[in-house]
This record gives sequence, C-alpha cells and structure tokens, in this order.
Amino acid sequence: MSDPVLPLGGARFDGLIAVEEVPQGMVALRGSLDAEAVKAAVTELTGAAMPDPLRATRQGDHALLWMAPDELLILLPRADGPQAARDLADTLSGEHALVTDVSDARAVFALSGDDGRLRETLAKLTSADLSPGAFAPGTVRRTRLAQIPAALWLTEPGVARVLCFRSVARYAFDLLSEAGREGSAVEVL
Amino acid sequence: MLILTCPCCGVAADEIELAPGGQAHIARRGPDSTDAAFEEYLFLRDNPRGVHFERWRHAMGCGKWFHAARCTATNEVFGTYPAQTTEPPQEIRDRIAERRTDQPKDSRA
Repeated sequence: MSDPVLPLGGARFDGLIAVEEVPQGMVALRGSLDAEAVKAAVTELTGAAMPDPLRATRQGDHALLWMAPDELLILLPRADGPQAARDLADTLSGEHALVTDVSDARAVFALSGDDGRLRETLAKLTSADLSPGAFAPGTVRRTRLAQIPAALWLTEPGVARVLCFRSVARYAFDLLSEAGREGSAVEVL
Repeated sequence: MLILTCPCCGVAADEIELAPGGQAHIARRGPDSTDAAFEEYLFLRDNPRGVHFERWRHAMGCGKWFHAARCTATNEVFGTYPAQTTEPPQEIRDRIAERRTDQPKDSRA
C-alpha cells in the first residue's frame, strides 16, 4: 500500500494558539445510531460507547464523534482506517448501514493553547457559540468556518480538533493561522 | 440574523449555516395530473407578507431538512418542526394564533 500523504504535509503554526495538521484515521458510518447491533459494533471496534447527540466519546486513541442523527465518525490511528472500515462493514452486513474509510477525504487540525484564546480563535471564524457555558469539553459541532463547512471537537479545555474536507485544507489552515495570530487576542472568552 | 433551531440535531443554527428550500407543504403532482395542477406544483408559490412556512436544510451542520414557521415581515420565528409532515403541527399553529391575532387560524392560504 502507498504511504498516506497529508494534505499540507503536517503544517504547523504557532501564535496565540498552536495549529498542527495531524494524521488521523477516519471511518464514516451512516445508519441507525440507536440500533443495538450498530452500538455494539462501534464499541467493539473502539472501546468507546455510542455518544449522545452533539457529543464525542473517547477510548485511548479511538473516538466516536456524533455528526448527525444517522451519522457517526470513528477516529482511529491513521494506518487502521482501511482495515477497520472493512471489519465494521462485515460486522454490520445485515444492518442498514454504510461504512466508508474517509481518512484521505478529510484534513484534521489539532489546536492547542490557552482555553480562552482557543475559543476566541474559533469564534472569529464561526457563528457557533463557543462560550464555556455553551461549548463544554466533549462537544462536537458541525458548523461553518468562514466559507467552508467544518466540524469542531473540543476534546478538553485548551485542546480541540478541527475537521474539514481535504480540498479546503490550505484555506482552513490559513484561516486558523490568521485568526490565531500573535497580538490579535480579544480576551472576552 | 435569523437563527433557527434544527429539530434534527437541536443546534440553534445561524442563517449562514442553513440553506433555504422555499415554501413548505407543497403537494407533489405527477404526470397524470392536469396541466393547471402541475403548473401550480412546479411554478406557483405564495409570497406572503406575514406568516410563512418554509423548508430549510441544516447544510453546514447535520445536513437534514426541516420546516420553519416564520414571519416574512418581522422575521419572528414561531418554531421549527421535522420535515416528515404534510401540514404544520398544532403546536406551531397555536403559537402563531397566540402571537398573531391578525392572522386567520389556518394561515396557510
């Protein structure tokens, strides 16, 4: 198999917050998220329980992100994507479900820094309410980042993941770098 | 800015996260309908100054279609409800009746 190539080759920015493009295995699952067979299958694969709406659950380097009422994104190590997608598709072969390895279709950015500055950097780009009261750690929110759709996942205070389509990776990285530029702190969140 | 709560995922979505889908509750006509009925289904839309039932899609969020009741003059939102219905739910009609005494009880005309 050929080596995976990151859209921006692991670009990194340091400013108010650090933005780093990271390799990430991603498997998209469409189906009934409340079906027992689906819940059991994803828990068996990742060790994490099915998340509540707009939430994520983690187990080690695996995570489950609730993307829509019928869509789940499974995060796992980069190299495991294709095999995990095949295994999960086999497990769910009798169920009404669709499993796809989307590791090459998306770009993932790891954001880290002061919790307030991180929230502000994202708040400059999206209409989602990122105040600590409305956006607690563990929240997943698909929204709009300037001109593109993106998913925001606050893993813990001061650490977040931003997921977007691979084709707009450069735009997303430039946006985050510009919004997180030194000297541009708003200091309200 | 218009903010609609998506009934599918529960997010209070800003207008820029949504894609408008035009008038809701349009009865679909097939090839065996009359020309007049088909024309109405295909081309003719209400353009009320007041309460309007619309389709919206949470395009940048969960991706689901839903319906919203909104006043086109004031942008007041009376509520949102799932798209799997052929007419506005009673709860939404009650809220409109409560807020808008100038509107007929069934304001879909």
